[in-house]
Amino acid sequence: MPPELTSRPRLAPGCRLGENNQQRVLLMPERALRLNGPSLEIVERCDGQHTVQQIIVDLQKIYSKAAPQKVEQDILGYLALLHKERAVDFEL
Amino acid sequence: MRRQNHMTIEISNPLALIAELTHRCPLHCVYCSNPLELQARGNELSTEVWSRVFKEAAAASVLQADFTGGEPLARPDIVELVRAARSAGLYVNLITSGLPLDEAKLAALVAAGLDHIQLSFQGAREEAANEISGAKSHAQKLRVLDWLRQHRVAVTLNFVIHRRNIDQLEEMLALAESSCATRIEFANVQYYGWAFANRENLLPTRAQLDQSLTLIKREQERLQGRIRIEYVVPDYYAKYPKPCMGGWGRKLMLITPSGDALPCHAAQVIPGLSFENVKDRSLREIWEHSAAFQKFRGEDWMQEPCKTCDRREQDFGGCRCQALLLARDAAATDPVCSLAPLRPKVDAILSSLNSAPSTQLFIQPTWLYRPNPA
Repeated sequence: MPPELTSRPRLAPGCRLGENNQQRVLLMPERALRLNGPSLEIVERCDGQHTVQQIIVDLQKIYSKAAPQKVEQDILGYLALLHKERAVDFEL
Repeated sequence: MRRQNHMTIEISNPLALIAELTHRCPLHCVYCSNPLELQARGNELSTEVWSRVFKEAAAASVLQADFTGGEPLARPDIVELVRAARSAGLYVNLITSGLPLDEAKLAALVAAGLDHIQLSFQGAREEAANEISGAKSHAQKLRVLDWLRQHRVAVTLNFVIHRRNIDQLEEMLALAESSCATRIEFANVQYYGWAFANRENLLPTRAQLDQSLTLIKREQERLQGRIRIEYVVPDYYAKYPKPCMGGWGRKLMLITPSGDALPCHAAQVIPGLSFENVKDRSLREIWEHSAAFQKFRGEDWMQEPCKTCDRREQDFGGCRCQALLLARDAAATDPVCSLAPLRPKVDAILSSLNSAPSTQLFIQPTWLYRPNPA
């Protein structure tokens, strides 16, 4: 299920950014996700402050050459994946 | 990945350090993964040595430290060890029975940087759980679960599954759902060490296992987005072996309470292997050069059918310790593999179990309990 645009994603307890071999990673129980480019931009904004809508606007600015609709879809898909992995919660 | 020039084996960086801080434990579980020969308190590494090991691990690209034992909370310096691992840059995971824990100690552990706590349960029902652990433990675990609501830390409930509790999975899930856990691990007992000695009374029947698989699939869908459910089946019932430790010397390194560096929990049962100690050499040196880590790296050691098998880079021949226990040869194909020459031996164990009258399967066993070290 895609997240609400007004909700504020926040990294779940026990999930945080780390670094490994100059590569940013999302550390979580029993696993780690490599982050680069857009995925890092998204995870850095999962702070319980930014709304999903704000993250979309920010990334549409950063990736202004990509189709805005595509950026939005990718972000919603990635946030849904992080939620399924129990790496983010959506706060209202 | 770095390639060593004098051989064809590629050595990847280790990803996790399993820190067996002590073998002391208030529980005496009949399937304990500790070796049969337990280390005494007097041989345990000091706070200083562990702190250095954590720094060396982070420098060697290790991401996670798994604090385990025995009961890691039996170490009086546990808060200091958590702080040392976290400030070295590691993700700190504590695997605990929750027994020697109170609210103040829990708060101190979280403040020191604990990322993830795995609380072990022996069942969903008090009496049965206490029987398996040989101690009154269940009620305290429920208290710990309640305290955890106050803290921002990841919580996993670990259930070790066997014949006597595999029919209680729904109750275990209900316990997880009523708590703040976001993950639940149902790991069926694997049969080495203490569990091998108690196998006759622990191995589930095929009917039990099939029923559990159906239930898990349904519950994984129902709880998606709320609780991640991991389910590990007993090797004996698998068609192919598991990639034990993610492959020998590929991802994980275990340090025993006295500092020996092992490629897996049970490696000490394999004759002819000698282990290096973190008191003498750096973690990086041990990882790259220790003969024990080199022994089953890559493919050169493999026998047929592994040697030419398409799956050899998926499961790396399975578990070396299981090969030793069942085939009397640590370099043999893991006998649980359906392609292994010795699979009939595993099938014979299963068929004798699955044809036994059910009344016989649940008579009160004489358990071999794991004792406490000196």
